[in-house]
Amino acid sequence: MLHYVLKRIGGAILVLVVVALIAFVLFRFVGDPINQMVGQDVSVADRERLRQMLGLDDSIVVQLARFLWNALHFDFGVSYQFKEKVTTLVAARFPATFELSLAASIFAIVVGIPVGAYTGIRPKALMSRAFMALSLIGVSLPTFLIGILLIYVFAVRLQWLPSYGRGETVQIGFWRTGFLTKSGLAALVMPSITLGLFQLTLIARLVRAEMLEVMRADFIRFARARGLSERAVNFRHALKNTLVPVVTIIGLQIGSIVAFSIITETVFQWPGMGLLFITSVQNADIPVMAAYLMMVAIIFVTINLTVDLLYLAIDPRIRLGSAQA
Amino acid sequence: MNRLRRILGSDLLWSFTRSPGAMIAATVAFGLCLCALFAPLIAPQNPFDLASLDLMDARDPPVWLSGGDHRFLLGSDSQGRDILSAIFFGARISIGVSLASVALALVIGVSLGLVAGYFGGRVEAIVMRAADVQLTFPAILTALLINGAARAVLGPGRVAGSEFWVLVISIGLSFWVQYARTVRASTLVERHKDYVAAARLIGASAPRIMFTHVLPNVLGPVLVIATINLALAIITEATLSFLGVGLPPSQPSLGTLVRTGNDYLMSGEWWIVFFPGVALAALALSVNIIGDWLRDALNPRLR
Repeated sequence: MLHYVLKRIGGAILVLVVVALIAFVLFRFVGDPINQMVGQDVSVADRERLRQMLGLDDSIVVQLARFLWNALHFDFGVSYQFKEKVTTLVAARFPATFELSLAASIFAIVVGIPVGAYTGIRPKALMSRAFMALSLIGVSLPTFLIGILLIYVFAVRLQWLPSYGRGETVQIGFWRTGFLTKSGLAALVMPSITLGLFQLTLIARLVRAEMLEVMRADFIRFARARGLSERAVNFRHALKNTLVPVVTIIGLQIGSIVAFSIITETVFQWPGMGLLFITSVQNADIPVMAAYLMMVAIIFVTINLTVDLLYLAIDPRIRLGSAQA
Repeated sequence: MNRLRRILGSDLLWSFTRSPGAMIAATVAFGLCLCALFAPLIAPQNPFDLASLDLMDARDPPVWLSGGDHRFLLGSDSQGRDILSAIFFGARISIGVSLASVALALVIGVSLGLVAGYFGGRVEAIVMRAADVQLTFPAILTALLINGAARAVLGPGRVAGSEFWVLVISIGLSFWVQYARTVRASTLVERHKDYVAAARLIGASAPRIMFTHVLPNVLGPVLVIATINLALAIITEATLSFLGVGLPPSQPSLGTLVRTGNDYLMSGEWWIVFFPGVALAALALSVNIIGDWLRDALNPRLR
């Protein structure tokens, strides 16, 4: 068991180290940082002074060590395009992305699980067939097309919802939230639907498959034989038993919600980290790219590790397997 | 002749004629590919020929709405370009990028998978570790990062003209993992078979055994993955172009057309974004359905 835990933690650290190395290589060797920072009219002597000041003339090993040390403190230097500290930029944008991802996840779970349960209990019903057909289209459609469609219907035609931005926000300490104002909540609706739709279809399809499987099991037949109500059988017994894989997938999908928020934030001009990242890709702003890369890697690795370790608690086979090894 | 009969009598064709979804999808995909292939011949207008554009024709609605012009069947954009022609040429670029990037991913993934599975040991460990690390991130994120790095290498302003290949490389490099894993798994099985031992006995070199003997036997599942990946590559290309890091408006793919058309949505000129979007969705959806059908038809166990 200890062996298993150590192996997982080792794997997680390996991923982080590799990503940090990639970030360093990007930062140091892709394009000349000095050229990116200063204009063309800066003299060679000034460039050299800046180079010395930033420590870019030290040996590679020293630079790498410093980069890793700074990365541990989440210090990625100064953005080329905004001339501001990357940490400040990311910290200012983080709440927007967090709130969007949270709303999208809640939407996907709250709608996805009931839809999946319904289609699993009544696979032949017209609604179920309609949903399965729709979900195939939903999976094949690029996210941005769905966003544009929503904007056209609800912002341009019906004018119910705003088409871009976060609406009014309230500053609480370092956190800028859109949850507390009416316009902030209205602005949240379409982006979170767009971002959550793919996860919704994924969750619904998974719950459906699991329900179909469980409904055939003996304990369900027994529950029926005991004379339990349809409702108790479906929800207390069947649905409850599908939830372990569903929770796993939801956990693993948090990472891709963060990644796909790049697209949604672009469509709705949502001022989060994804929008910051995409402008940094357009302008080859390496420090911001490196910081985003590290941040996403940390999120992904933490989630994967948590899921792995949770399995350890849930599935005794893993514990026994490693005890024998 | 013999080969033709084999195709006509095959299970694959039988299964094809039994699934209306696959037939419709194949018709749509084939039609779009034909339009893309023969775009210069059949498009009503050459959207790249600036001399033929007239700003007086800008933002005409589709022909069935009032104010529509019979020369612009699906309307025109802000520069007086015919939307239908732009879609034909855009599909040409979208399909080109997707095919090239899937081919690149295929070559990289299959070679690495073959080498890893055949030699094993440290080579295998390195390739599979790299695959694990890359799998931690969604493909779209990898593609974006490679894209950004390529921009930094080329330097700002020098990307112009090479966007096509920047895209192909960033999408190709983010899709190789699946091929490598599949091919490695099948190679691990194949390398212990008698025909490989026989080839080794007659003194065939390792590359020769891998590429002429093992490769044909591991290609089956790879073709299915390639079809499904093609749909993914179409969507990824469109997404990158939409995000503004793909093809420029001077050389628009379907994603770029959606990006530029999106600016006119607020003023009610929906057709500039709508028709390219529909073409893109139809292309991605039909290729996806063909891929799903192919997977089911070739591998009944997966059903």
